[in-house]
Order: sequence, then structure tokens, then C-alpha cells
Amino acid sequence: MPKITYIEHGGKKHIVDAPVGTTVMENAIKNGVPGIVAECGGACSCATCHVHVDGAWKEKVGPPSPMEEDMLDFAFDVQPTSRLSCQIKVTEELDGLVVHTPAQQG
Amino acid sequence: MNKADTREPIQTDAVIIGAGPVGLFAVFELGLLDLKAHVIDILPKPGGQCAELYPEKPIYDIPGWPVITGEGLVEKLLAQIKPFSPHFHLGERVEGLARQKDGGFRLATDNGTVIEAKVVVVAAGGGSFESKKPPLAGIEDYEGKSVFYLVRRIEDFRGKRVVVAGGGDSALDWTLNLAPVAKSLTLLHRRDQFRAAPDSVLKMKALASEGKITFELGQLHALEGADGKLARVIARREDKSTFPLEADALLPFFGLTMKLGPVANWGLKLADGLIAVDTAKFQTSVPGIFAIGDINTYPGKLKLILCGFHEAALMAQAAAHVVDPGRRIVFQYTTTSTSLHKKLGVS
Repeated sequence: MPKITYIEHGGKKHIVDAPVGTTVMENAIKNGVPGIVAECGGACSCATCHVHVDGAWKEKVGPPSPMEEDMLDFAFDVQPTSRLSCQIKVTEELDGLVVHTPAQQG
Repeated sequence: MNKADTREPIQTDAVIIGAGPVGLFAVFELGLLDLKAHVIDILPKPGGQCAELYPEKPIYDIPGWPVITGEGLVEKLLAQIKPFSPHFHLGERVEGLARQKDGGFRLATDNGTVIEAKVVVVAAGGGSFESKKPPLAGIEDYEGKSVFYLVRRIEDFRGKRVVVAGGGDSALDWTLNLAPVAKSLTLLHRRDQFRAAPDSVLKMKALASEGKITFELGQLHALEGADGKLARVIARREDKSTFPLEADALLPFFGLTMKLGPVANWGLKLADGLIAVDTAKFQTSVPGIFAIGDINTYPGKLKLILCGFHEAALMAQAAAHVVDPGRRIVFQYTTTSTSLHKKLGVS
């Protein structure tokens, strides 16, 4: 099963097993990873599951959709690697993915 | 003297805090039992999360509706509760809740509305929607003095150097509305695209090209000033370089987030940040205060709209007994009861 590493703003790492087809947000919530709120439950309508995809994974994860890019307007500290984690689906190719959670979600 | 003390209190049977789907349906269930309700919500429109977070998103688990949008469901609920003419207090937040000597409750909102009710129904979902606060060091010192999350009076910004941050409708609307009165206005947004009404975007761009406002690409980075008085907003470009914007006021518009809010201070027994209730009455640890929908918790709780509807029905029975302890409630079906037909205006 693919593994995802979430790195908190303070540097603390959380490595979790993430079934293919689930989202990066869902695995954070399910495993109690702090720093991801996901207020809207994954509807791409709140920007509280914002992550910075690790630079090494930017290409594989790909860019946000136009709707997601719009929602990122409501996040803070948006960077070129910013994504909403509810919109990243786990695939075998993403085994080992590293994402960083921002200082604050909202 | 507090503004809240100057108005005549409104008298009613029930106050429902939260105008989401479950709060709205509570009006219906209370109404069938002749309880009149006032509904308070911090949002300017009814519907709660359905209206604010996912108006256009489909919901697939409302019984009888294979698919319905958040907005569609709210519309139907408003039509369904119309016969009971609920009174809405929108754009208001309940700040205080106190028990009266007669056993009822007195609620006060931040807008000065005071309501005295025999029962209180907390249907506040994930809590109250509040503006997102940018994570800037020391921002609390400026809030309410030079940093504002909403505009109460346009005149307050006359002659001021204003920075508006964000790219949604609120940011664009207030850019357009404040540009004529502000000494200078800068709109700061991270990209040259906006999630706002196209007409507002065109108007903003016209003002920028006429030199009446300035549009800057960037994000909020830091605040500079002293004693709550802002001097400069420091903005950051995508390449992490920074630049200053001279400012007397900053208006950040980054949408809303949910916080439990004042509910946490009302002495109700909480469990995991939710209000604990029993599953016969959906009453809280304080008799006469009920909690239904996403904000409550009990063994087996599911945060589903349909569960909230069930909770509203049982809560209403219990609430009717609190309002009139001697009352004998005859269980009736809306399909056949002539007295219910009369209440629904379908007789």
C-alpha cells in the first residue's frame, strides 16, 4: 500500500498507509494528522486542507484544477506547490509522497 | 450601557440557533406542535453549510431525493416551513445565554437583539462561521482598530489608506465600494485571476487602469505599526521578495471558517468539542436547551442531515412538554390529521 508522509509546520513527521483511490486529505483525517482541518469534508469548498507538496513530488502530483486554484485564493501562504489535499487522489505512483502542512489552515 | 439592554425583548416559545437544514426543519416539527420559533444565524442567508460551503454540490442521501443540491434542499425546506412563519435574525451571532427566574432563557445577539424563550434549540452545525484570520504575527493587536474582517460603515474608511487582501467577491465588492471614499486603495491578491463576479472584476480593472486604485500581485507577509495603529502592510511576491504598502487599514477577505464560538461557554456538557445529548429528547445537560444536528454527539452519532431531521422530530416532542408541562400530546400524521392540515394551510 502506498505510504504518505505529512510534515507538520514544526517539522514533526507522520507516515501513514494510504489505500489507492482515497485522497491525501482523507488519510490525514483518518490517522489524526494535525494541520489538516478539511472543514467541508472534501468538497473543494473551504481551503482548510491546504498542503505544500514537497518539491520533489510536484511533477508527479500535478497542478491544481481551475476550481481548486480558485479555492486556493482562500488559503494563506500559497506557494507554487500548493494543493488542496482533498483533491489529490492516491495512486501507486504516489507511493512515498511527501506533503508539508502550513502554519495555519484558517 | 450595552446596546442589548435598550430594546424590548422578543417573547417566543423556541429560539433555534442555526439556520442550516436541521435548524430549518426544527421550525417545522416545533410548528406542528404549535411552538413558535425565532431562528438566529450568523450568515446573512438561511441554509448554513448547504448555502455557504456547497450550494451547487449534489447530496445523495436525503430520503426521497435521489439527488438534490445544497441550495435546492434549503429552498424546499424554506417552502416547507413557510406555514409556520418563522422569524429570522440573520447576520447575527448569539453572544449571551442566561436562564431566567421563570425557567426560560434570555438570549442576546451581537446586534442587540434580545429574545426570551421557553426553550433553546442549538442547531449550530460545525459552530459559527467566522472570517479567516491571516496568520500574521501580532495581528490581534490591530483587529478592530486597523484590521477589519467586515465593513460596518463605509464612512469609517473616508480619507484612509486602505489595503484589501483577497480575490473573492467580498474583496472585489469592498474594493469597488471603498475606492470612492478612501484616500488610496490597494487590492492585494496572489494572482491576476479572481473568484468573483466577472462584472466586479471588470470594474476593478477599469479603476486600476484609471489610476483610482492600485492592484498588486502578492500575499500578506507582515504588519508594521504600533499600539494597534497600522503603518504598513508588508506583502510578499511569489519569489519571496517583499514590498511595503502604506496603510491605515487592512481588510483581509479569505472566506469563512467554523468555530464552536460562544456555545462553548454556556455550561453545556461537551464531549470532544460537541454537545452531549440524550437520544430520547436530544436535550443537553441543561434542561430546556436542546442540541440537534452536527453539533451534538451521542453513542452512534452520524453527522448526516437525515439524522438531524430525526433528532428535530424527537426534540420537538420533548420541547413541547417543557413549554407546557401539563400538555397531553396526541401523536398525529400530517397525511390524515385535519388539525395538522389546518396548521399547514392545506385544509
